[in-house]
Amino acid sequence: MATHFVIDGLKAEIEGKEILKGINLEIKGGEIHAIMGPNGTGKSTLASALMGHPKYEVTGGSATLDGEDLLEMETDERARAGLFLAMQYPSEIPGVTNSDFLRSAINARREEGNEISLIKFIRQMEGKMKELEMNPEFAHRYLNEGFSGGEKKRNEILQMMLLDPKIVVLDEIDSGLDIDALRIVANGVNAMRSEERGFLIITHYQRLLNYITPDFVHVMMQGRIVKSGGPELAQRLENEGYDWVKEELGIVDETVGQA
Amino acid sequence: MAKSMPEMEEYKYGFRDEHKAIFQSGKGLTPEIVRTISEMKNEPEWMLEFRLKSLEQFNKMPMPRWGGDLDDLDFDDIQYYVKPSEKQGKTWEEVPQEIKETFDKLGIPEAEQKFLAGVSAQYESEVVYHSMQEDLAKQGVIFTDTDTALREYPELMKEYFGTIIPPNDNKFAALNSAVWSGGSFIYVPKGVQCEIPLQAYFRINSENMGQFERTLIIADEGSSVHYVEGCTAPIYSTNSLHSAVVEILCKKDSRVRYTTIQNWAPNIYNLVTKRAVADENATMEWIDGNIGSKLTMKYPAVVLRGRGAKGMVLSIAVAGKGQHQDAGAKMTHLAPDTSSTIVSKSISKHGGKVTYRGLASFGRNSDGAKANIKCDTLILDNESTSDTIPYNEILNDNITLEHEATVSKVSEDQLFYLMSRGLTEDEATQMIVMGFIEPFTKELPMEYAVEMNRLIKFEMEGSIG
Repeated sequence: MATHFVIDGLKAEIEGKEILKGINLEIKGGEIHAIMGPNGTGKSTLASALMGHPKYEVTGGSATLDGEDLLEMETDERARAGLFLAMQYPSEIPGVTNSDFLRSAINARREEGNEISLIKFIRQMEGKMKELEMNPEFAHRYLNEGFSGGEKKRNEILQMMLLDPKIVVLDEIDSGLDIDALRIVANGVNAMRSEERGFLIITHYQRLLNYITPDFVHVMMQGRIVKSGGPELAQRLENEGYDWVKEELGIVDETVGQA
Repeated sequence: MAKSMPEMEEYKYGFRDEHKAIFQSGKGLTPEIVRTISEMKNEPEWMLEFRLKSLEQFNKMPMPRWGGDLDDLDFDDIQYYVKPSEKQGKTWEEVPQEIKETFDKLGIPEAEQKFLAGVSAQYESEVVYHSMQEDLAKQGVIFTDTDTALREYPELMKEYFGTIIPPNDNKFAALNSAVWSGGSFIYVPKGVQCEIPLQAYFRINSENMGQFERTLIIADEGSSVHYVEGCTAPIYSTNSLHSAVVEILCKKDSRVRYTTIQNWAPNIYNLVTKRAVADENATMEWIDGNIGSKLTMKYPAVVLRGRGAKGMVLSIAVAGKGQHQDAGAKMTHLAPDTSSTIVSKSISKHGGKVTYRGLASFGRNSDGAKANIKCDTLILDNESTSDTIPYNEILNDNITLEHEATVSKVSEDQLFYLMSRGLTEDEATQMIVMGFIEPFTKELPMEYAVEMNRLIKFEMEGSIG
């Protein structure tokens, strides 16, 4: 079955404050969607709520992947169902090597007794690390500990490549990246484009979209998607900023849930 | 998805075999029992006297009023000596079948096949199985149980026994000195390097039986040895007492590492005195893992009495429901340029309590001495607690003392991160805990690291959620 991800009327709040006020979005296999918008408009909340971060409470709406209700699932079940979130601020786990973690994550998707062989795993990991121009020593470093911002982001992409998800959410994967790292990360994403996989790219800036061409671009403000279009929308936002969108829609303050 | 916490009935090594002991001392402690123990072992007169004096000391000394709660410990309700079989097995084939099965369950024979230099497995109070690689013996290394050492190496025993930890050191050292049985004796001659760890496995089988093993290690000048001891105990409903004494002498330029992983049943009082003396440029390392027990009070110590001597204690303690780990380390700097490192990692869960209690002491002659202490605690839920109680005694101005302590909880973000990659909450928690104790596990011989990870995994199942 072709991948089909549907978000319908999704509402979520944090500490009683509503941040998402009804998000509607449909992503099919093979499509790349970009969500753009200024800071504080709810973009990252959408990513975290989809993955099931305990800080966010979903108060309405639904999210389904191939007909399965994601919101009914624990975070780990969502992951195993095929959802992947490349995080803006990946956690550091001292004492756990990157390679042990990666192997556990791969095996979490496999039946007991059918774990990936060590040799096969190492080959896969080393191959993908090479594609991402990662120093092989990162396999033996503790997970994200002492990684620079760019190294953490590459490590997120490495996980995406090894876990082979159906829907990939990239939360500000471009923040803190220099131009070389940006190119490498974008190459990683492009290499993973396929008819079976859909992408949701969350970003402030258009520059990532110079490397990854989206099929659809959405603008988020006040906890809603307020405007959608093709790649040309991203280009216009890059050139003219967000003010014209606000004017067009009569929005004064685009943020949501701010004190 | 939350699994129930493995409680007492699920205690992994809670099996109990039917092996019949040929002598049991009965409960309670009297001079007659001490005489009987000594007589059954055919001990020399000086050891009997040592035991009887120690018993007097024990009776005179008050119960310690610090550390853990000892109110439920009843010395009259403990059996002080159990002799499981007539003779000691020399080869694996000679070991009684029931005992073999017990060891099978603990995975000892496979372990030996791999890389053990020698196995000395204590079953109840006697060492019943013992083997050692020939090349070590050829180099003059002695590795035997302490009872045999008393018969075969009386001079060494008389010279060193009870000199590092005298019976009046503390009430439990006195008790051990009065009723000790079994334990390991190691002597490594000058300049001999034992490349492979020497190992012993201890086990308590009889209900209410105290285990009072006595270990003495002497590393002669320029020698090195790594001794590994692992403990598991089956479970009983009434209290059991384990009170060992471990004495180690590291002569000039020698190096000793003593590795313990103890996984006691939740009703055991584990009250152990461990001390090493390090001479000039000698290095003593205690690697000490404490899982389970009702109460553990254990503070491995190094007396750094020679210039440039080094001491290290690397420990972990895991306390679950109804358990108290009162553990730490003592470093006594008596000579110039001595240095010590203490790394303590504690985990408490399900209302467990961990206390780090440590002493860093610098004598008048400790010019240029350095001590570095790091205590990290990981608390897994809101019912569990931790305490850090460092004591410092400083009689010299020219020393360096660093102390660092952290207390953390498993963070929501770390769990979320790992779970977002498909790990269950239990797996994610285990991974964080294993990472936390990694500085400890990485120091273990491989098979012990594997066992350690298995034990921790088992301990952590259902810890959260």
